[in-house]
Amino acid sequence: MQNGNTNKIWELLNTVPDPEIPVISVVELGVIRDVKFTNNSFLILITPTYSGCPATKTFQDDISSCLKENEITNFELKIKYDPPWTTDWMSDSTKEKLRKYGIAPPSNIVICPQCNSKNTSLISEFGATACKSLFKCIDCLEPFEFFKCI
Amino acid sequence: MDNLINYTLRIADNALILGQRMSQWCSNGPTLEEDIAMVNISLDLFGQANGFYEYASSIDGNKSADDFAFLRSEREYFNNLIVEQGNGHFGDTIVRNFLFDTYSVLFYTKLQNSSDDTLAALSSKSLKEAKYHLRHSSNWLIRLGDGTDESNKKVQKSLNDIWMFTGNLFEMDELDTDMLNKGIGIDNSLLKSEWDKKVNDTLSSAKLNRPEDGYMQTGSKEGIHTEHLGHLLSEMQFLQRAHPNAKW
Repeated sequence: MQNGNTNKIWELLNTVPDPEIPVISVVELGVIRDVKFTNNSFLILITPTYSGCPATKTFQDDISSCLKENEITNFELKIKYDPPWTTDWMSDSTKEKLRKYGIAPPSNIVICPQCNSKNTSLISEFGATACKSLFKCIDCLEPFEFFKCI
Repeated sequence: MDNLINYTLRIADNALILGQRMSQWCSNGPTLEEDIAMVNISLDLFGQANGFYEYASSIDGNKSADDFAFLRSEREYFNNLIVEQGNGHFGDTIVRNFLFDTYSVLFYTKLQNSSDDTLAALSSKSLKEAKYHLRHSSNWLIRLGDGTDESNKKVQKSLNDIWMFTGNLFEMDELDTDMLNKGIGIDNSLLKSEWDKKVNDTLSSAKLNRPEDGYMQTGSKEGIHTEHLGHLLSEMQFLQRAHPNAKW
């Protein structure tokens, strides 16, 4: 049983990685919308990225395990659909982490994460996960993933 | 309450049945990228369907989302006829999806203002994905229509063949009217003029001729479907029918 310190919960959530892009946490991904303490229980509001994203279930399980490992059992995870998730909720530092990992971060201009060239072109609107599309760099010729803006 | 459940099921069924159709492209796509694209679209649609079924289940209080998805018979599905039509060749799929995606974007744009908070929230979420799907189907339609003589002929035939299922999208029945009067639902018939405009624009970029609005097939609102739905359900429901309550 934890007292109502929501900061502690945020800290723990920030250690739970995104199952598909492990360099960023679920907090950095922007899916944790709020943590409240009511009736002696933490309520964690989650907004999924894409309706069918299979990672949604995985990170809910990961969050539950993380909290339980830290002896927090008085919590509830709740899905909140409105407002819908948007890549605007990602901070600049999160975008930088994506870029270093080799994924072009969401932006109006698609920049090659390898050589920083703006001379890139779309291969496919869809990629290996729901949140990404496929691009290639015309200058260094490397293909890369782009985090779709939504 | 029954009307709200059934109205929600109509939306969920459209997403589920088109999602199932798109999943049938898995490992059959014309290129690896397109295979992945179509399965991604399928995943989005299943996710949308799940949200609406969960909502129907919460109002119903008895049936689960899976019960709604897997344990109804053909006559109890209310999806629009266009989404159950077979995949055919790649062009047939693109044409079907383009016509439905255009409708879907307009539908969710209106429904996100529903007085029902859950339907509104699910719609604004689904709208973002529907817009992306429309971008995909429109781009392909233009490439195929304005491609070679053969690709143009093929998708023109796809368009002519499926056109009679488009009228069904804009029908209103008693249930729709009741939902509209309560501020929950939308007036499908009012989407037609905007749909016409958007479809005509893309068809003209694709150098395709819009078929005449002739005979339009109807029936989905009473659960009367074309022969394709039964076959689709027999495949989709097999596991739940053979092993009741099986969990993934």
